[in-house]
Amino acid sequence: MTDPTRVPYRERERSVTMERLGEEPVSGTAAVTEGDVQDELFTINIGPHHPATHGVLRLLTTLEGEIVRDVKPIIGYVHTGIEKSCEDQQYWKAITFVERMDYLAYYYNAMAFCMAVERLLEEEVPPRAQYLRVLHLELNRIASHLFWIATAALDIGAVTMLWWGCRDRDLVLDLFEMSSGQRIHTRYFQVGGVMEDIPPGFEAKTREFVKVMPRRLDQYLSLLDRNEIWLNRTKGTGVVPVERLLELGVTGPLLRAAGHPWDLRKGTPYSAYDQFDFKVPVGTVGDNYDRFRVRIEEMRESLRIIEQALEGLPEGPHITPNRKVALPPRHELATSMEALIHHFKLVTEGFRVPPGETYAAVESPRGELGCFVLADGSAKPARVHMRDPSFVNLQSLPDMAKGGLIADFIACVAMLDPILGGVDR
Amino acid sequence: MPDATGLELIAQRVREGVSPEAVTGTAFYRGEATLEVAPSAVHDVLAYLRDADEEPWPLLMSLHGCDYLPEEPRLGVHYQLLSMERTDRLNVKTRIGVEDPILRSVVDLYPTADFQEREVYDMFGVLFDGHPDHRRILMPEDYEGFPQRRDFPMGGEPVLFTFNEDEYPRWYD
Repeated sequence: MTDPTRVPYRERERSVTMERLGEEPVSGTAAVTEGDVQDELFTINIGPHHPATHGVLRLLTTLEGEIVRDVKPIIGYVHTGIEKSCEDQQYWKAITFVERMDYLAYYYNAMAFCMAVERLLEEEVPPRAQYLRVLHLELNRIASHLFWIATAALDIGAVTMLWWGCRDRDLVLDLFEMSSGQRIHTRYFQVGGVMEDIPPGFEAKTREFVKVMPRRLDQYLSLLDRNEIWLNRTKGTGVVPVERLLELGVTGPLLRAAGHPWDLRKGTPYSAYDQFDFKVPVGTVGDNYDRFRVRIEEMRESLRIIEQALEGLPEGPHITPNRKVALPPRHELATSMEALIHHFKLVTEGFRVPPGETYAAVESPRGELGCFVLADGSAKPARVHMRDPSFVNLQSLPDMAKGGLIADFIACVAMLDPILGGVDR
Repeated sequence: MPDATGLELIAQRVREGVSPEAVTGTAFYRGEATLEVAPSAVHDVLAYLRDADEEPWPLLMSLHGCDYLPEEPRLGVHYQLLSMERTDRLNVKTRIGVEDPILRSVVDLYPTADFQEREVYDMFGVLFDGHPDHRRILMPEDYEGFPQRRDFPMGGEPVLFTFNEDEYPRWYD
């Protein structure tokens, strides 16, 4: 017999036969004598490719009958080395890379990175840019939560919700397309401000969206909140006490659903969040139902913030006037020698950041998104690290699922809302 | 953030509460306070800051590593502490060399460090003594090397396709 590892991969694939199956009963199946079935622990593998794992997440699950006894999340299947790639990019090019980590909350990745770099540069961001950032961050929060509710409801069997959620997320993506030209991965935030001012018509379209959205949220609630399957799967399942969540470093809607009102927008306000009036929704029980309701209410609060941002949008530049950091306006290049030099320097070399390190945190739709940047004085970062909330929150999955039914386990994964691009980076 | 004076007070309390050699320095940069700690004392200092200090830091928000390549000791591990009551952050940082990079795990103090210590091990090769499940987390289990170190080349690996798999003998080992 030849060494099996010497056979080329494709050959080995063809050599797999089904002959051996059926010779002896596989443990845990009905063929095992009765009585054993209930006591036996049975390990199954969910994922990495599974519609209910929200990406490429592998869950090694130990079951006793239908009860989940243990879960081990296995990750790394979409690790693409974005943090390493950032070290080879100039600061302004790295924004494009970090946006691809948490691919539903791209504005937040860019925001955390830009905040860290601005802090190292001691660069002031003009008030209009701050407001435009808040406006887009909150639009992104709604888009992210809409996609979450669409896929979470799909996991529990409500297919209509998938279409409704994606339909309304499209309204937000249309707005992103208006302001930046891209629907996802917009790269709208720059170090020192935002790429462009909002175009004419953007405000009217956003107001239209703000007007239509509360009714849509009511529609979701009337679809889900009286649905028996939805309520059975979510009420009273996946409860983890607040103390345990804090130990595990869980933040965001998961923590707020358990009754802890921690929100970085209120706790340590960044950008212009201290000028806005909004509430932080919290739950009481901390089960999956609370997680669902907290996110729905967060969308309503985001709409309020968007409205206020449109009302109070200050006049002024949309990006810092510091030409060492931000590109000069295009029309200046034809008339100003300095503008041409600055443009050339920024596009070829980029800007240099003085040596130092910093950690900037923002409240993303999933919790605290922190960005650590180590600068060595060159035009490229020496280290970019994202403390991604999905990565840290995933550790609470075993606590949520243990002792529950496997059907509730799927609901737990859905309500945890992990984005595997952010988990693996 | 504790201001520069507050940071010195914390450093003084840690020196008295743990040991005089535990704190190797303080840094206050861009409004952020960093307490530099000897690698052997990390666990004790964090235990002190979490429980015994008069201004406790009950939460670990982020644990990450970095590589300060030309400098020695090369590797750094950062512990971002948070106090929700005071809405305050403190960065505890330690520096270790690549020859003997061993730290004591803080999973018993902060269970959130589990995945994050595994990631630092995976990317930088820092060993965490006492970690309950010390394995790689993002890279394949049989991967060699620690890719986030700065002397690890970028893009040095061949990309395997069916048409070129013959060019890389025994790639499947």
